Amino acid sequence: MKSVTKAYRPISWPMKGAGGDTGSWRVHRPVVDPKICSKCQICWVYCPEAVIDRKEITIDYRYCKGCGVCATECPTGAISMEKEE
Amino acid sequence: MTTSIKQLPDIEQVLSGNGACGGCPATMALRIVGKALGSNAIMLLTPSCSVASMGMTPKLGYNWPCINICFATAGSSASGISHALEIMQEKGRLQGELPTVFCWAGDGGTYDIGFQALSAAAERNDNMIFFCYNNEAYSNTGVQRSGATPRGSFTTTTPTGKRQPKKNMALLMLEHNIPYVATATVAYPGDLYDKVVKAKNTPGMKYIEILAPCYLGWQFNMPETVQMSRKAVRSGSWLLWEAENGKISFNNPSAHIISGKKKAEPVDEYLMKQGRFSRLLKGSDAAQRIAEIQGDIDREIAFMRERAKITI
Ligand SMILES: Cc1ncc(C[n+]2csc(CCOP(=O)(O)OP(=O)(O)O)c2C)c(N)n1
Ligand code: SF4
Ligand code: SF4
Ligand code: SF4
Ligand SMILES: [Mg+2]
Repeated sequence: MKSVTKAYRPISWPMKGAGGDTGSWRVHRPVVDPKICSKCQICWVYCPEAVIDRKEITIDYRYCKGCGVCATECPTGAISMEKEE
Repeated sequence: MTTSIKQLPDIEQVLSGNGACGGCPATMALRIVGKALGSNAIMLLTPSCSVASMGMTPKLGYNWPCINICFATAGSSASGISHALEIMQEKGRLQGELPTVFCWAGDGGTYDIGFQALSAAAERNDNMIFFCYNNEAYSNTGVQRSGATPRGSFTTTTPTGKRQPKKNMALLMLEHNIPYVATATVAYPGDLYDKVVKAKNTPGMKYIEILAPCYLGWQFNMPETVQMSRKAVRSGSWLLWEAENGKISFNNPSAHIISGKKKAEPVDEYLMKQGRFSRLLKGSDAAQRIAEIQGDIDREIAFMRERAKITI
């Protein structure tokens, strides 16, 4: 039997962006107001996409899907969902 | 004490930019599970949203060795792997701590199609954690009814609302006499984390079921995944409990509902937020059908309260 090269084996490797640059799915962009944010990390824990930095509370927009869960759960109202251009 | 948000470890096993819908409860839950299990684990998945969410070859959205297996075989495949690992260790071909073998299956892959293999693995008390993320339907194929779909819910195969109640799957697993069973949901990440840590440190068969409110199947607004999860618990539609060696204890806020310290919220408000119940709520027999749903919840609460009293 002919040997199968690595490229043709049905094997995948862990990598960010396995679903593409999912930031392009976004209709609304979550924007954090650092003046209001208390750094409670609630947005970080609920973000399904793991795109929020838990210390800085900054968002990786390359992959953030704009689901709005962070803004809904934020107890201080520090995150606003702004329409993408 | 439940682990607080700030105490949760940094490790991320769900990688950004995977293929799940925005606001997906399955990835939300899996992220927390990853923090508890760490990287030394092997994941088995049956056909589901979580498989579709892995992304496209040659990339993989989860940071574990993942095996996609046939729908009916999660329990038996995990048994095989778990035994193989033990034998490899015995023969000295594997050093160090054995990886945690875990299944990550939907409610279809657990309540229905995967039930036989799961039941058999539980009866053998094989060493694994079986997770069911329960979005109460076959979501990946367009939302068909499953054994976990609650009474009254619209799916594409129950166009006038399901007429039967759901199974109590976690209770069925408890009655397999396995060392650990727990229920959880995404709104309570510390509770979920602690349960997974407990399961990881318990030898034998462990079953953890996570209620996963899916905006697409349940028809609510995408940002409200966590809100819906909280409402499910507060209305008593979903009870948080765990059982170590058959002894049940309830976790807050369900513990208050069970003890009677706090009343469960009426189910109407929870139902009204979800499009999958809207046809039922508009029908001429709405009052009667809501009463049936409330009846299912009340019966479950009463039953679990009494079941928990059996501690032998
Ligand atoms: C034997 C078999 N039957 C049917 C399918 C088609 N199928 C793929 S995913 C899926 C739904 C799975 O439902 P569930 O386990 O609840 O996971 P969810 O999609 O809800 O995450 C079905 C029916 C299949 N892949 N294999
Ligand atoms: S939830 Fe709100 S207040 Fe808390 S860290 Fe996030 S943005 Fe800041
Ligand atoms: S919008 Fe969704 S994906 Fe983006 S940061 Fe908020 S919770 Fe995460
Ligand atoms: S359909 Fe529901 S469970 Fe499936 S990926 Fe989308 S949000 Fe997640
Ligand atoms: Mg499902």
